[in-house]
Amino acid sequence: MTIVFWILAALTVAGGLAAVTLRNTVHCALAVTAAFAGLALLFLQLDAQFAGFAQILVYIGAVAILVVFAILLTRGSETAEHGVFSRTWLAGLVIAAAVFAVLGWAVLRSADTLSPEAAAPAVAVKDIGNALVTRYVLPLEIVALLLTAAMVGAVIVAMHEKGDTK
Amino acid sequence: MINTLDQIFVLLKHWIVGLLPGSLGAFVGILLSVAAIVAVFPGLFALTTVLERKGLGRMQNRIGPNRTGPYGILQPVADGIKSLTKEDIVPVSADAAVHFLAPLVLVVVVFMGFSVLPMGRNMQLVDMDAGLLFFFAIGASTELSIFMAGWSSRNKYSLLGAMRAVAQMISYEVPLLMSSVAVVMITGSLSLVKIVEAQNQYTWGLPHWYIFTPWGCAAFVMFAIAATAETNRSPFDLPEGESELVAGYFTEYSGFKFALFFLGEYLGMFSMSGLGTTLFLGGWSAPLAVLNSVPSWIWFFSKVMLSICVLIWLRGTLPRLRQDQLMNFAWKFVLPMTLLNLFVAALWRFMGDGLLRWIVCSAILLGAYVVVGRTEMRRKQYGPRSYRYAE
Repeated sequence: MTIVFWILAALTVAGGLAAVTLRNTVHCALAVTAAFAGLALLFLQLDAQFAGFAQILVYIGAVAILVVFAILLTRGSETAEHGVFSRTWLAGLVIAAAVFAVLGWAVLRSADTLSPEAAAPAVAVKDIGNALVTRYVLPLEIVALLLTAAMVGAVIVAMHEKGDTK
Repeated sequence: MINTLDQIFVLLKHWIVGLLPGSLGAFVGILLSVAAIVAVFPGLFALTTVLERKGLGRMQNRIGPNRTGPYGILQPVADGIKSLTKEDIVPVSADAAVHFLAPLVLVVVVFMGFSVLPMGRNMQLVDMDAGLLFFFAIGASTELSIFMAGWSSRNKYSLLGAMRAVAQMISYEVPLLMSSVAVVMITGSLSLVKIVEAQNQYTWGLPHWYIFTPWGCAAFVMFAIAATAETNRSPFDLPEGESELVAGYFTEYSGFKFALFFLGEYLGMFSMSGLGTTLFLGGWSAPLAVLNSVPSWIWFFSKVMLSICVLIWLRGTLPRLRQDQLMNFAWKFVLPMTLLNLFVAALWRFMGDGLLRWIVCSAILLGAYVVVGRTEMRRKQYGPRSYRYAE
C-alpha cells in the first residue's frame, strides 16, 4: 500500500460519496466522473493499462457525457428542495452493504488459492487484442451486435413517425 | 557530432540526472521532461498567435498586429500582461467552483496528451505500450471540461455553445479513432514510438511514411478533417460562432481564465498536429534519406508547424458549416469512408508486395469516394433554403 494508492482511494471514495450526497444533479454527475477517474488511475497503478485507458475512454469520455446530456435534456437539473435521501435509504444501505460484503468475502477467499509469491503476469495490450479476436471472438461479436441493436432501437424510439408533423 | 546534436536534449537530461544521487535523480529527470513540455508548447503557442494574426491579416488584405516590438512579434507578451491584469469576473448566478475548475481541467488534460508523443529520437516522456489509447482517452476528457465551462456559466449562449461543442466532438471522435485504427492495423502496435520506427525506413532515398500509401492517404485526409473538428477550428468552429453565440462556451470567462481557454485550444491543435504527424507523416523521421543528418526534433517540430500553418490557411479560406451539414458530413460520409478504409488497410496488409495492391486499394477508395459523394449530392435537393423558425 503506497501513498499513491491512498491518495487515489481517497479520491475515488470521496467522488462516490459526493455523487450520492450532493444536492445539485450536475454536481453529482461531475463527482461520479471524479470517482471514475480515480478508478481508472487505480487500474493504471496495478499496471492494467488497457483496463485503465478503456475506463477513461468509455466512462469519462462517453458515459459521463451521456449522463450530463440526459440531465440537461430532461427536467432534472434543478436542485432538490428537500434532502437528497429517499425514504428507502435504509433498505438501500443494507443491500449495498450486503453486496459489498459478498464481494469482499469472495475476494478475500480467492487470495488463498493463488500463491502470493507468484509474480503478476505481464499482459501487453497486444495479448488482450489477440485473445479478443481469437478465443473470445464470439462473446465480442455478440456484445457488438447487442450494442448495435440497442442503438438502432434508440434511434427508432426517437424517430418521427411517417406523416408526423415536425 | 551529428548524433550529439540529434540527442542533445536527451544527453543534457542524463548529464543533469547524473549529477544527483539515485532516487532524487530519477525524480528530477521526470521533472525536467515535464518542465520542457510545459515550457516549449506555450512558447510555440505565443509564436502561433502572432503567426495566425499576421497570416489571417494578410489573407484578409490587412496588415495585422505591427505596433508591439519589431513587426509586432512582442504582441503575445502584451496580450499575456493584459489578460493577467484584467479583472476576473465571475457571474453572480454562476456555479463558482465548477466555473473555476473548468479551464484548469482543460489545460491539465490537454498537457497530458503530449506525454506520449515522440518529439524526436528517444524524446518522449513515457513510452507506453498503449500510447495511442492513452492519447484518445485523454482527448475524450476535454469534452467534460467544455461542458463544465458552458453549464457553470448559467448563460444560454454558453450552454448552447457547450452542447454544440460536445455533440461535435463526440461525432468526430469516431472517425478520428477509426482512421487511426488503420495505422495500428498495419503497424501491429499501439505504441507511438513503434509507429514512428515502422515509418523510419527508406527505399531509393524515399521514406516509408503511411501517407504515401492509398489507405494512409485516405486515412490522413479523414484524420485531418476529424482533427480540425475535434479542435473546434474553422470551418468547424460552430461552438464559438460569434455571429450566433457571442463566444460559445467561454462567453462568461474573462482575464486569465479566458487566456487559459485560448491556451487549451491551441495546445489541442498542437497535440492533434503532433499525433497526425506521428501517425501519417513519419513523426521525427526525415523526408529524404539524405536529410537524416538534420536533428530529428527539428523535423518533428517543422511538421507540426506546417500543419498549424495549413490550419490557419483553412481558417482564412473556408466559410463556417451549418450544424446539420456538420453532423451529416460526419455520420454519412466520413464514418462510412473510414470503415471502408479499415477494410482496404486489411487488404493492403494481406495482398503482399507488388503493384497489384496499389491498383486494387486505390481503385476501391476512389470508387467509393465518387459513388458516396454522387449519391449524397443527388439526395440533396438543392434549392431555396427553408427555415423552420424564421421567415
